[in-house]
Amino acid sequence: MIGNLDVVTMELQLAWRNIWRNPRRTAVILTAVIIGVWSMVGLGALMRGILIGMIQNNIDTLTGHIQIHQQAYPDDPAIEHSISDPETWMSAARDALPAGSRWSQRIRIGAVVSNARHTRGAILMGIDPAAEARLSFIGTAVTEGAYLADGDTGGILIGRALAQQFDTRLGRKLILTAQDSDGEIVSRAFRIRGIYQAEMADTEKGFLFVNRQSAQQLLKLGNRISEIAIRLPAHEMAVPVANDLKARLAGSPLRVRAWPEILPLLKAYVEMFDTFILIWFIVVFVAMGFGILNTTLMAVFERMREFGVLKALGMRPGRIVRGVLLETLLMLVLGIGAGNLLGLATCWGLSITGIDLSAMAEGVAYAGMARIITPVVWIRDLLRANLVVLLLGLLVCLYPAIKAARMTPVAAMRHH
Amino acid sequence: MGTIVECNGVSKSYRQGKLVVPALAEIDLCVEAGGFMALAGPSGSGKTTLLNLIGGLDDADSGTIRVDGREYARQSKAQLADLRLHRIGFVFQAYNLIPVLSALENVEYVMLLQGVAARERRRRAREVLAVVGLEGMAHRRPAELSGGQQQRVAVARAIVSNPSIVLADEPTANLDSKTGEGLLHLMQRMNSDRGVTFIFSTHDEMVMAYARRIVQIRDGRIADDLHKASEHR
Ligand SMILES: Nc1ncnc2c1ncn2[C@@H]1O[C@H](COP(=O)(O)OP(=O)(O)OP(=O)(O)O)[C@@H](O)[C@H]1O
Ligand SMILES: [Mg+2]
Repeated sequence: MIGNLDVVTMELQLAWRNIWRNPRRTAVILTAVIIGVWSMVGLGALMRGILIGMIQNNIDTLTGHIQIHQQAYPDDPAIEHSISDPETWMSAARDALPAGSRWSQRIRIGAVVSNARHTRGAILMGIDPAAEARLSFIGTAVTEGAYLADGDTGGILIGRALAQQFDTRLGRKLILTAQDSDGEIVSRAFRIRGIYQAEMADTEKGFLFVNRQSAQQLLKLGNRISEIAIRLPAHEMAVPVANDLKARLAGSPLRVRAWPEILPLLKAYVEMFDTFILIWFIVVFVAMGFGILNTTLMAVFERMREFGVLKALGMRPGRIVRGVLLETLLMLVLGIGAGNLLGLATCWGLSITGIDLSAMAEGVAYAGMARIITPVVWIRDLLRANLVVLLLGLLVCLYPAIKAARMTPVAAMRHH
Repeated sequence: MGTIVECNGVSKSYRQGKLVVPALAEIDLCVEAGGFMALAGPSGSGKTTLLNLIGGLDDADSGTIRVDGREYARQSKAQLADLRLHRIGFVFQAYNLIPVLSALENVEYVMLLQGVAARERRRRAREVLAVVGLEGMAHRRPAELSGGQQQRVAVARAIVSNPSIVLADEPTANLDSKTGEGLLHLMQRMNSDRGVTFIFSTHDEMVMAYARRIVQIRDGRIADDLHKASEHR
């Protein structure tokens, strides 16, 4: 055992000295690996940050982790597809929710909003102000005026973008028009109590918030609601908890969906991003791999005579392969170490303020991205980047290593 | 003393594209254990080719080669490598040493391949470096040694594991005559003190003068085989 350790020490020493025989070449390989790993870690974390920002953003906005609707509502969000007796169902579902979960009841119905000069379609949200504040972005989004108070039946919250488009401001009135549960067109004036800001301009234009009771009154819904939204303590719980709820509510007229079902596009995005990250790693690696291959081949060819002498002395080919791979391994480990440090430092630096994309917010909104992205380092991404470089790096160098080992002493000695 | 090298009807030719270059034809040669033999002949006569075949570095086209009683044709590549590692020492004309290892480490490295324990390696390497007169330079790298000193390290490395035979292909070709003679004295001493058989090639008359037996090769054939009286001391 001690003998083995001593052999390893000597081989490491030999490999270490060999890689510094041509410092410039080693510097080239190291630079390639460092830049490669740096960009993998940095951009990987940035992509991951964008992705998580997107999920967070969507869940914050109004999705929540889980939504419960009347069976037909998701496909046809019409007023007649409302949930009757929500309290009964809520008490049946409550046991399935982990501690720290929050929920709220909502009306969510298409409406037309207008003032003297402008008209547009929007979604009318009837909310319980206190419960909703703990669940979605709206509780902290009001930047002018005030959030809805309980029992304020005449107040409405609108987005900044809508206020601009409608050329209106706090204290002014807006008319809401919608179809009530009897199919009659009803309308009513609300006074602007607060103006909110959201991550996306589309949200600001698309959603109006009033008290649930006023919406129920206007639409003649009684105590019926459109949806129950649930927010869990962690993203990962969404699917299992939803499955549990589905089991408990089986046979009821309700439909339970977790966010990947509610936002299939986002789910597809998440999966695509995962693939993107891997493809990105491989693209970076291929560029880097060619550099490593080239340089190692050159290094090996320069030393053919030496390999010939070693083989003449009785060194087995396998040992020569091992020697060359050990040199590669040392360089890879050095480069990977430095690349990770740089990458993590960059992520840390960027995460202090985040990257502000509001300048290009229009395009960003389209993709459902957050305005400010912060890199997120996942151990899994980090391991994947490092493994890609390490394993493929060694694999690439197998070729020069075998070339060195295959060289017969006689041919090697004639090699100049 | 017995025979250590035995070549029977050994032929070898090289292919260069469509051209066949004959290098050795029907060589019969026996070398006694403990011999100190020169392989002489003009450039291109086949000296290196013959040494490579005896060293198991290349395959003969026909004929048999036996070293230490083992017939090469029957050995696998790995067995041949082991045979070289344990029974044969090599000294080449130049660039014998691993440039990133010191003189001491170069000598140690062969023993490392043989699996000799660290302490033993160090002891024997120091001892043999002292024998070749380089104890003060154990920690110098090859680039910090003169050509003659480098060849001494190569001889030290060749003999450190007590091989039966040392094959030296023009070991003095890159040295001036005084340094070359020094190296020959050293080889002679290793031969007489340790009983190691030496076969070295040369086309230098002065170098041949040191040999107890001179085998002349011309156009891949043995042209002359001269045993000097001193061999039967
Ligand atoms: N690898 C090879 N490919 C083709 N021809 C070769 C090869 N090696 C040797 N030869 C040829 O075989 C013949 C014998 O060569 P060898 O190297 O054995 O001669 P040598 O006596 O060692 O010469 P020198 O004194 O110049 O070293 C020469 O004609 C040489 O050109
Ligand atoms: Mg030669």
